[in-house]
Amino acid sequence: MSAERLLTSSLRELAAALAEGRTRAEALAEAALGRAQALQERLNAFITLTPERAREAARAADERRRAGNVSLLSGLPIAHKDLFCTKGVRTTAASRMLAGFVPPYDAFVVERLAQAGTVSIGKTNLDEFAMGSANEHSHFGPCRNPWNPERIAGGSSGGSAAAVAAGIVPVATGTDTGGSVRQPAAMCGVTGIKPSYGRVSRYGIIAYASSLDQAGVISRSAEDCALALTAIEGFDPRDSTSLDHPAEDHAAALAAAGGRLDGLRLGLPREFFAVEGLDAEVRRAVEEAARTYESLGARLVEVSLPRAELAIPAYYVIAPAEASSNLARYDGVRYGYRAPDYADLDNMYRKTRAQGFGEEVKRRILVGTYVLSHGYYDAYYLQAQKLRRLIAEDYARAFASCDLLLAPTAPTTAWLLGEKGQDPVQEYLQDIYTIGANLAGLPALSHPCGVDAAGLPIGCQLIGPYLAETRLLLAAHVFQQKTDWHRRLPPL
Amino acid sequence: MNRTDWETVIGLEIHAQLTTRSKIFSGAFTAFGAEPNRQACAIDVALPGTLPVLNRGAVERAIRLGLAIEAEIAERSVFARKNYFYPDLPKGYQISQYELPVVKNGAITVQVGEGDAAYEKTVRITRAHLEEDAGKSLHEDFHGMTGIDLNRAGTPLLEIVSEPDMRSAEEAVAYARALHALVRWIGVCDGNMQEGSFRIDANVSVRPKGETRLGTRREIKNLNSFRFLQQAIDYEVRWQIETLEEGGTVQQATVLFDPERGETRVMRTKENAHDYRYFPDPDLLPLVIDRAWIEEVRASLPELPQALRRRLVEEHGLTRYDANLLTASKELADYYLAAVAAAGPALAKPCANWILGELAAKLNRSGIEIGESPLRPLQLAALVRRVADGTIAHAGAKKVFEALWAGEGEDVDTIIEARGLKQVSDESALEALVDAAIAAHPKSVEEFRAGKEKALNALVGQVMKASRGAANPQRVTELLRRKLTP
Repeated sequence: MSAERLLTSSLRELAAALAEGRTRAEALAEAALGRAQALQERLNAFITLTPERAREAARAADERRRAGNVSLLSGLPIAHKDLFCTKGVRTTAASRMLAGFVPPYDAFVVERLAQAGTVSIGKTNLDEFAMGSANEHSHFGPCRNPWNPERIAGGSSGGSAAAVAAGIVPVATGTDTGGSVRQPAAMCGVTGIKPSYGRVSRYGIIAYASSLDQAGVISRSAEDCALALTAIEGFDPRDSTSLDHPAEDHAAALAAAGGRLDGLRLGLPREFFAVEGLDAEVRRAVEEAARTYESLGARLVEVSLPRAELAIPAYYVIAPAEASSNLARYDGVRYGYRAPDYADLDNMYRKTRAQGFGEEVKRRILVGTYVLSHGYYDAYYLQAQKLRRLIAEDYARAFASCDLLLAPTAPTTAWLLGEKGQDPVQEYLQDIYTIGANLAGLPALSHPCGVDAAGLPIGCQLIGPYLAETRLLLAAHVFQQKTDWHRRLPPL
Repeated sequence: MNRTDWETVIGLEIHAQLTTRSKIFSGAFTAFGAEPNRQACAIDVALPGTLPVLNRGAVERAIRLGLAIEAEIAERSVFARKNYFYPDLPKGYQISQYELPVVKNGAITVQVGEGDAAYEKTVRITRAHLEEDAGKSLHEDFHGMTGIDLNRAGTPLLEIVSEPDMRSAEEAVAYARALHALVRWIGVCDGNMQEGSFRIDANVSVRPKGETRLGTRREIKNLNSFRFLQQAIDYEVRWQIETLEEGGTVQQATVLFDPERGETRVMRTKENAHDYRYFPDPDLLPLVIDRAWIEEVRASLPELPQALRRRLVEEHGLTRYDANLLTASKELADYYLAAVAAAGPALAKPCANWILGELAAKLNRSGIEIGESPLRPLQLAALVRRVADGTIAHAGAKKVFEALWAGEGEDVDTIIEARGLKQVSDESALEALVDAAIAAHPKSVEEFRAGKEKALNALVGQVMKASRGAANPQRVTELLRRKLTP
């Protein structure tokens, strides 16, 4: 099997091919780089490719393998969302503001995956500072969907989802603040997991909304997600919100499972299926997925999330509030973009930030500044925090009568680039199914469960109680053993 | 027109830099005086993706202060972000405790004034909260540009906020001095005011006597000496009263004190005050302090000034005034305690007298701190003992004191011996002198015999003079009395 062909294999198959000497890390890196370059114009999935570093890391991985000292992921090509700081490699957050920023350190996730022996080939495209649901808000241009380049890849981790879907890398990292791993995974027909808040250290992730940001992984299957997730989990003293909980061997739990889900109670939130904008084809595919789960032994129960609709307004107060403060450091003083001409300090701030940030980022900074202002704080920010607690309570109540929730990942399939045009609220409404898990800090994943008439992938979302990642992955894994949606490749 | 009597109202906000080796949210060192930006790590520079991690040592010091001012230590306190743009504020916000501080509702009692005019004043402390310092803007040496030094960014501060309980600059200075002594006493702050380790903001307002509502206050920022504190408040109070008496109004404002011109000038008014958009910092969990930790810290505290003061009055028999003076700093108290330990508890009072009298005057005149005194506590104790056991008279003791101060000898007894300062108590030796005095001053003798006690003192003085201070005055008095009384 050619190295390029191998890139669409599962991680276990890849690891076996490496272990048996059928391929080498260097060959895989070359293949991944070649494919990334070949598809760059078509997809724009990458902001930066690092061929030299990748080759070096691959050679080192091959060297270690010869010395007989490797972990399962060693030698596998991967890619990082360009929101993770990478030592010596520019990290842009898809913003003009950081277009030339080279961090002096690696993010925890980058560190961990390097320790596991993976070979990063570059940094993937995203919405500027992870703000967006389409990967259209990038200083480096939109990322396109491998299934149809006229369409969005989803966002904000669009580049990572597209790179995995296009068979460039078998696994890529993402971050999920309101659905940024799950939604692009759904749009691109791949599997992505957002762990419980605190599971994975945020150290070295350029912050968008600190209380919601969480790193995750995107790959071809639940099993691959399980393997990659284990590598990035665990306590990190450098992140005060990092959970003091050891990494779990999710993949081992999957391997031990039979092909059945007997006794698993899957809750279908009534409100989610009554959303006005829910596309009929998406609805049908997700209901079909539910029936497949049922056929595997799961019991379907109807549950209620009464405040589901309030998640969007709560999110679009809290996230911009935190963002307005998190992005204050981009002031042109110490690093990053600085406007070339200015009259005085105040003018330097204004021009730098006016020129350095894109429209969507500026919109959220404005909203966030407003909701934290004197006289508005109580009415907006505090109110949104109260809503957040109530929404978390809704989820807790729902989990009293089910083990996992099943829902669409997004109300529609990938839309045309530019289609949402000038109405940001249309884009915000796309987050209705994903935001709740972020507000409540819960783990959630998206796996492919069908295609629409245009052949575009549809995602099915599973949401679990706190720290129930293994349960989520196991359910999706059993589903994927029975179905082949996740094995389909885009027509590239 | 009746002149209004005005009352001054002062509250202080004091920033004490904590003595941790590393910063409050990063591992960079806090030592003063390093080359610019050599002690600023990725977190202090606010590189993208960096996160704060709270320094436990800073919290421990906050607890120490809280216990020392008999305050409540909050079981749960919260770090917030104070948002504003300034070039030396790397993150665009300062992490500071806002709604829920770590320490609240404390108080200290301080002595104001001197001698008979001295009185005690209790100042309530509303709260003390942890926060990080900002960096420094360097406006010199850059030819029209501004340099930024982030060495100080992230240095741990404890902001100690008093109630507006002080009624004069004198009280404010007494409180600030007492707090300064206390933070050094318990080791949470080095108190170095030149280096900015202890900075004072004074909120000052005036109101007609009898009025219960507070007047409009102006905040004098960043006073770094007690003298400036006094001068700034004096000026500010005068200015506010004049303004009001001339029919003007005081606008709420933040002002700076210019020590060169001895006046305050407005930095910003309420209209252009910042909207800091405080909100809880999502990068930090609420700070939770359990009882066990508090007790652990309590056990590690030294005896506090107020407890020592009580002990000096009750066990050492000192006046409250002297006890207050001796506990004005840990170094002074330690000096006194070391002297008493060597001299014996019965001699506590003379030890205190020597320290607060001769020694304090000497130190003052030569600008030396008690910790650097060339005269050590053990030497002082030996001196006091030799006075008490009659070996030397007061005049001799003073000479010994001078010799010790000047470093002309180490050992008290050796100095006494070498200089012949031993007091003459031997009756046969004294008798000749006494007889000579009686013979030489018949007038005094006559007066004494006529019932004039004072005349005896004159005779004692003559004997002392004749002995060049070596005679034991008590013995001389006894002897004279015996000889002159039929």
